[in-house]
Amino acid sequence: MRKLGLWVIVGVLVFGLMGSALAAGVVRLGAVLPMTGAVAAYGQQTWSGIKLAMKLYPTVLGEKIKVVLVDNKSDKVESANAASRLAKEEKVVAVIGAVASSNSLAAGPILEKAHIPMVTPASTNPLVTQGKHYIFRVCFIDPFQGKVAAVYARKVLHAKTAAMLIDRAQDYCVGLANFFKKAFTKMGGKIVAVTYAQTGDQDFTAQLTAIKRKHPDVIYIPNYYTEDALVLKQARELGIKAHFISGDGAQADALWKVGGKAVVGLAFTTHFAEKAVTTKLGKQFVKEYYKVYEKSPPALAALGFDAYMIIRDAIARAKSANPEKIRSALSATKGFKGVTGIINIDEHGNAVKSAVMEKVVWNEKANKGEFKFVTVINP
Amino acid sequence: MSFGEFMQQLVNGISLGSLYALVAIGYTMVYGILRLINFAHGDIMMLGAYFAFFGYAVFVLPWWLSFIIAIVLTSLVGILIDKVAYKPVRKAPRISALMTAIGVSFFLENFGLVVFGGVPRGFHRPDMFGKLITVGGVRFVSYSIYIPLFTAIFLLLLLFLVYKTKIGMAMRAVSKDMETTRLMGIDVDFVISVTFAVGSALAAAGGIMWAIKFPQINPLMGIMPGLKAFIAAVFGGIGDITGAMLGGFILGVIEIMTVAFFPDFAGYRDAIAFSLLIIILLFKPTGLMGEKIEEKV
Repeated sequence: MRKLGLWVIVGVLVFGLMGSALAAGVVRLGAVLPMTGAVAAYGQQTWSGIKLAMKLYPTVLGEKIKVVLVDNKSDKVESANAASRLAKEEKVVAVIGAVASSNSLAAGPILEKAHIPMVTPASTNPLVTQGKHYIFRVCFIDPFQGKVAAVYARKVLHAKTAAMLIDRAQDYCVGLANFFKKAFTKMGGKIVAVTYAQTGDQDFTAQLTAIKRKHPDVIYIPNYYTEDALVLKQARELGIKAHFISGDGAQADALWKVGGKAVVGLAFTTHFAEKAVTTKLGKQFVKEYYKVYEKSPPALAALGFDAYMIIRDAIARAKSANPEKIRSALSATKGFKGVTGIINIDEHGNAVKSAVMEKVVWNEKANKGEFKFVTVINP
Repeated sequence: MSFGEFMQQLVNGISLGSLYALVAIGYTMVYGILRLINFAHGDIMMLGAYFAFFGYAVFVLPWWLSFIIAIVLTSLVGILIDKVAYKPVRKAPRISALMTAIGVSFFLENFGLVVFGGVPRGFHRPDMFGKLITVGGVRFVSYSIYIPLFTAIFLLLLLFLVYKTKIGMAMRAVSKDMETTRLMGIDVDFVISVTFAVGSALAAAGGIMWAIKFPQINPLMGIMPGLKAFIAAVFGGIGDITGAMLGGFILGVIEIMTVAFFPDFAGYRDAIAFSLLIIILLFKPTGLMGEKIEEKV
């Protein structure tokens, strides 16, 4: 009896695999996204954008586009597993993902080896595409993002001193902190305290108490929203009144769901603001997003949408769904009018585009926080 | 470091340590009586926090009522887990029970991911716990008083239960010799169910307090606290309830002071906590308050 069961399972698996490989008339893309775990909100947001793109632009070259979603649980090892599953078992021609830079750094080399192009919607660490032929992105990179934050601190807030609290486990956070430090000191500012934490830490009181002693004008916390919300909550409880600045990793409504009013005033660099939309595709995206999801589109949804669209555009220009041809078409992307701005892919596979500065404000009527557009800063 | 800052860090440490202590006393109690390291303790704690969350967020109950219901529900789940998972392996070698506990832990985590979703949720902090207090330049939030207070109350109740009541006597008897206790006409299964109910209730209380201090809950939130509470319990001498509380406080203060004095090592505080566990196991395996292991002749 037990053996029979085993054979049934084997049979189902074999047929399943054959079925997926033989399916004709379908362009198979993969997506490696954090649907659960520490940055789950980003996975969900990105996926909402990809789903919208699939709904509005379901075909390319007359064939239907199918996106196979694999959850990487916000984890490096799971990201690598997901990438090899997509490459070896699902036989996809291109991959969208991952979100967190450390996860893209884990998934990237596997797809590079398999010669399958990957477009990350939101991994901003420069190392993600460095020295790679098959890895691209639709977002700006951290040296630029760190510089924008430093410009905002020095020129808009007139800060003389800054402190940093960095999540040491994330390549994204460490990179961003270094670029902020470089730009801030170059503009005559002084870094007075540097402290560290780990992804998943919940208690930051020790670090914040140490920072408080130095009385910095600005505290740069280039971490993800989960940590940022708790940092801000504890900072306000400890009586720290400095300005807080973060990166695009802070943008999620979980920020005020966790931190409440403590997160008000947090400024951060990001990719997309409804108010800054200029392209036709962007306007369509905003309108349709409201229609389908009945809420304002988050930046990650816009980036997910762009990642899908840029792959679709590459397939159309290559006139083929062959991974090699998609790769060369992607690398030749110039002036693509995406949702998050006009995207040019440079020789490293990075998108060159402008950044948006946003701020958390409190909406008394709805009794919740919201993001307010501050300014656009060009490269 | 100034005296004021040192005091602030000490308060930070005690505030964190009291949480570890609260989770650790339930952990150690179950071990003390059943000799079972209940690795699912942290995940039961997560369930408690979620039940409380659903109590006020979905059923719109007052916070205190949702907390009480959450504690009761969680203790029922504790009994259920024992009946389904641990009872069948009661007579098996101890390693089987340990493996089962790890299995239960993974099950609860993934069950949580499927049912509650992986996105962290904000936990509403009742006003009573969120008041800011300043004493001579040292700032803390009122939960930093309430959590140690609750921990102390639960500890006293637990000590009373174990040492002054009939069921407590039965628990201690079970911990000495399960078979003989059964022969004396005591319903051992009932005693074990009560043990799990109390242990899980403590875990739920710990989970709720945890969510009040760090107002963000997710299905994997129990893993780290569970491990830290385990360290605290081993530090205090596993099986010893007062020791677990002491261990929790000491671990909290050590963690905070590591960050305060060696800011460069701040990212490694968990590593330091686990190194502590290894050192204790090497040099004083019975912990601070642990019973001496006497060689039987």
